[in-house]
Amino acid sequence: MKIFGKNEKSSKEIARDRLKVVLIHDRANVSPEIMDQLRDDIIRVISNYMEINKQDMEISLANDDDSVALVANIPVSKMKHDRGRY
Amino acid sequence: MSEVIVVTSGKGGVGKTTTTANLGVGLAMRGNKVVLVDTDTGLRNLDLLLGLENRIMYDLVDVISGRVAYKKALVRHKKFETLFLLPTSQVKDKSAVNPEQLVQLCEELRKEYDYILIDCPAGIEQGFQTAIAAADCAIVVTMPEISAVRDADKIIGELGRADKENIKLVVNRIRPQMVEKGDMLDMGDINDILSIECIGQVPDDELVVTSTNRGEPVITMENSHAGQAYRNIVGRICGEQIPFMEFPKEGFFAKLKRVFGR
Ligand SMILES: Nc1ncnc2c1ncn2[C@@H]1O[C@H](COP(=O)(O)OP(=O)(O)O)[C@@H](O)[C@H]1O
Ligand SMILES: [Mg+2]
Repeated sequence: MKIFGKNEKSSKEIARDRLKVVLIHDRANVSPEIMDQLRDDIIRVISNYMEINKQDMEISLANDDDSVALVANIPVSKMKHDRGRY
Repeated sequence: MSEVIVVTSGKGGVGKTTTTANLGVGLAMRGNKVVLVDTDTGLRNLDLLLGLENRIMYDLVDVISGRVAYKKALVRHKKFETLFLLPTSQVKDKSAVNPEQLVQLCEELRKEYDYILIDCPAGIEQGFQTAIAAADCAIVVTMPEISAVRDADKIIGELGRADKENIKLVVNRIRPQMVEKGDMLDMGDINDILSIECIGQVPDDELVVTSTNRGEPVITMENSHAGQAYRNIVGRICGEQIPFMEFPKEGFFAKLKRVFGR
């Protein structure tokens, strides 16, 4: 409930935001397979454009207070030639 | 066609057993042949909620081990004659029943009963795996509280891994006045967070406690909001389209009293 323009989040909104973040982590945790698949998919797509160092690549979920980001650090070892788009 | 429904939750104490008892009575009140299987080994409760605790002779482990035929172990309800209970064992050995054995028993029960409802233990251990093994459909009970919703999400994940695709959600113990104030998650929020279809929302209701005291599930009480909510869920299980109930709003005087103190 907002009274006189007070803009504080209700406790239900706080609960909802916290749950959304924690469930992203829970779901990623219980399924490392999904993270592995995601990693393989990313490698496949990026390899169309550049050579990457697969050993040193890192992907992870990072949280802020109320959001989650997929963070990827992918060392590029060689760029492929631009063959044009068409 | 008979249906095996498991009532499960992840977190304990959210209302699995209460839900199982009420849905069982409700389905039987509509003339269905119903058997309730209590699989919460070591923690026998469903008999109490149904007022059948003094009639138990044999239990699930007696049946599974082959000591007695299931028909001998079933306890018929006093008032609802098409409702039966298969009580759980009081021994603590949680591995006494394995998934294959329960699947086999449910195959037998399917021949005689329209609905087989399985009351599941809390957690995701062996007892849970056994309880869900035979189910065509899972009802996940949760409460509008972050830890209960989180645990429900775990259970939903586990059900998915066990290839149980037909999952429905019951949000229990909603307090409409807190929802109104923005202090409690509502069904829409939980539905959005878990991405699972809701089949019911049950208000927190003192009559659940008094009816449990008496061993007569609240669904039989005409004037109870929780009872109405359970009747609606039963209708939806039977394939009816029933709109979700509006909870009574806090009255003007009650609100005044709250705002200006007692
Ligand atoms: N809608 C409700 N309103 C009030 N009390 C409830 C409601 N649902 C469940 N309860 C109470 O909560 C407690 C736990 O319920 P129970 O069905 O035994 O949970 P579980 O089987 O999941 O452990 C019981 O004391 C029960 O009476
Ligand atoms: Mg229980």
